[in-house]
Amino acid sequence: MSDENETSILDILTKVNDNTWEVPGNYKPGMNVPGRIFVSKPLLDILEPETIDQVANVASLPGIQKYSMAMPDAHLGYGFSIGGVAAFDKEKGVISPGGVGFDINCGVRLIRSNLMEDDVRPRLADLLDSLFEAIPSGVGSKSRMRLTDEELDDVFIHGVNWAVKNGYGMKGDLSHCESNGMMPGADPSKVSIKARKRGRPQIGTLGSGNHFLEVQYVDKVYDEEAAKAFGLKEGQITFMIHCGSRGAGHQICTDHLQKLTQASKKYKIPLPDKQLACAPASSEEAQDYFKAMVCAANYAWVNRQMIMHWAREVFDEFFKAQHGDLGLDLVYDVAHNVAKLEKHMIDGEEKEVYVHRKGATRAFPAGHPEIPEDYKNIGQPVIIPGSMGTASYVLKGCPAAMELTFGSACHGAGRVMSRSSAKKELRGEEIQNELKSQGIIVRATQPSLIAEEAPEVYKSSSDVVDVVHNLGIATKVARVLPMGVVKG
Amino acid sequence: MDIDYEYLEHTADVRFRAYGKTLEQAFENAALAMLNVMVETDSINNTLSIDIELTSFDLDSLLFDWLSEILFVFEVDEMVFGRVEVNKITVDGDDEQCSLEATLYGETIDLSVHVFDTEVKAATYNDMRIEKSDDGWTIQATVDT
Repeated sequence: MSDENETSILDILTKVNDNTWEVPGNYKPGMNVPGRIFVSKPLLDILEPETIDQVANVASLPGIQKYSMAMPDAHLGYGFSIGGVAAFDKEKGVISPGGVGFDINCGVRLIRSNLMEDDVRPRLADLLDSLFEAIPSGVGSKSRMRLTDEELDDVFIHGVNWAVKNGYGMKGDLSHCESNGMMPGADPSKVSIKARKRGRPQIGTLGSGNHFLEVQYVDKVYDEEAAKAFGLKEGQITFMIHCGSRGAGHQICTDHLQKLTQASKKYKIPLPDKQLACAPASSEEAQDYFKAMVCAANYAWVNRQMIMHWAREVFDEFFKAQHGDLGLDLVYDVAHNVAKLEKHMIDGEEKEVYVHRKGATRAFPAGHPEIPEDYKNIGQPVIIPGSMGTASYVLKGCPAAMELTFGSACHGAGRVMSRSSAKKELRGEEIQNELKSQGIIVRATQPSLIAEEAPEVYKSSSDVVDVVHNLGIATKVARVLPMGVVKG
Repeated sequence: MDIDYEYLEHTADVRFRAYGKTLEQAFENAALAMLNVMVETDSINNTLSIDIELTSFDLDSLLFDWLSEILFVFEVDEMVFGRVEVNKITVDGDDEQCSLEATLYGETIDLSVHVFDTEVKAATYNDMRIEKSDDGWTIQATVDT
């Protein structure tokens, strides 16, 4: 970033503390609240100025509470910035698909094991081949199953409950998913035939882009007590799944974005960006979107559940283990593109608000009723995937998140280089070889896909995680390092 | 206009400009710009065709619907497209209702032949522009990848 840009960003923002920068409420006309960008100075230096405009745009939506926020991995998105968090009053606020994104409930889950690094390292390449074969990935890939219309309704309404009931998982998986893998209030009648057509054949597929299944090991524990509660210890093998609601979610967002574009006109809501189309939270249009969004969110949890189930089967078969012997338990599953009705303290009063998290992870502290019994005294596991080839982190949600960010933290590393530049400047084969020399094996349908997700195109995940740690929003529990990646 | 379309810098997604002497041609090139993100359109045998008819509430929404519809057909009919013909776009006087008639030409996806690149998840309204100048039409659109 040039000096010129840096100066202009610092001209706009007011420093609150080392990791908090305010976008003043008068930066753009129509802002109802100021903006808050949670970044360190080095991350601020690489922030695109347009991201600040997007934070300001969101601040102008009706009924927004406290601040329009951006997490430390913030970068340019559409509508909301990626890393954007905003809460809207249940009565006077709005619901906007632009605050959720097309990949509804894109998210990540972490699975632990009782295998150690030495058990896996010598046979890693073969293990990855088996995983790559078992988990459909890439554009145009087909699922191993095709849902009937009735099954699709069940998935939309019951989420992971459907999967567990049908033998794709264990009972313990449920409480270790955010919202127990099933947000209430789904209404499949608000899902179009088009979205159903896209959803039926894709359940249990990774998709493409930055989605992945990664085999990892725990290389560092920062917080012994929390790591013990989460079942993590140094040297242990874990695996991580990152994907979302596939075509079903994309189509649900597309369909309702059109309806809400018209609704914005009907309710005379001025939009600084058409992608921020929205309607009053209690209106039929907003509620219809919300009910369909819940369907997509539940679909995404099942998608990750199916992939986990098939990966568990691969592990069991590969290590010739009986079901359950390898201790392949779900640590936790977090959503990072979703809107939820939650209770938060605002000006000393508990209020119900629609919290929109677009590229942000919920980070509830110890004692929150939404946290499963076995983590109740610790805090919610906050799982932050790194980019391909770099560290991922497990954190725990802390009380400051409730005060500062409506119980939210970052969601990943955050891009700094475009896909097209990455492909121009980086060769997939070279990156694959370089990662191999570091002991990291990558399987992808083709090399150019590796270039566009290369470690260089992302901010450092440790810089991003340090900000939420230092702010006390979510503190570090463990770091996991990649060994092998199946790329979508 | 020398080029049909070009890609602009965008950190997370794909933004492009598509040009045309007519609005129909600009819509055709916008479709090709989006399709080329996923698969090389030049290498496709255009042996099958699919007709598309759309009606939307203004020109921006017509473009959004057009790009969205192509993604839908690509995924559900499992087809890739190498040629796009927009036969007619009608815009009523107040830009309050627009319609489009088009045909997509291509073939059924064969993963042993077609090499896929980045998946386009969806069309967006982000910084969308449809502008007429003396030379013709320019479309700017951003798709989510």
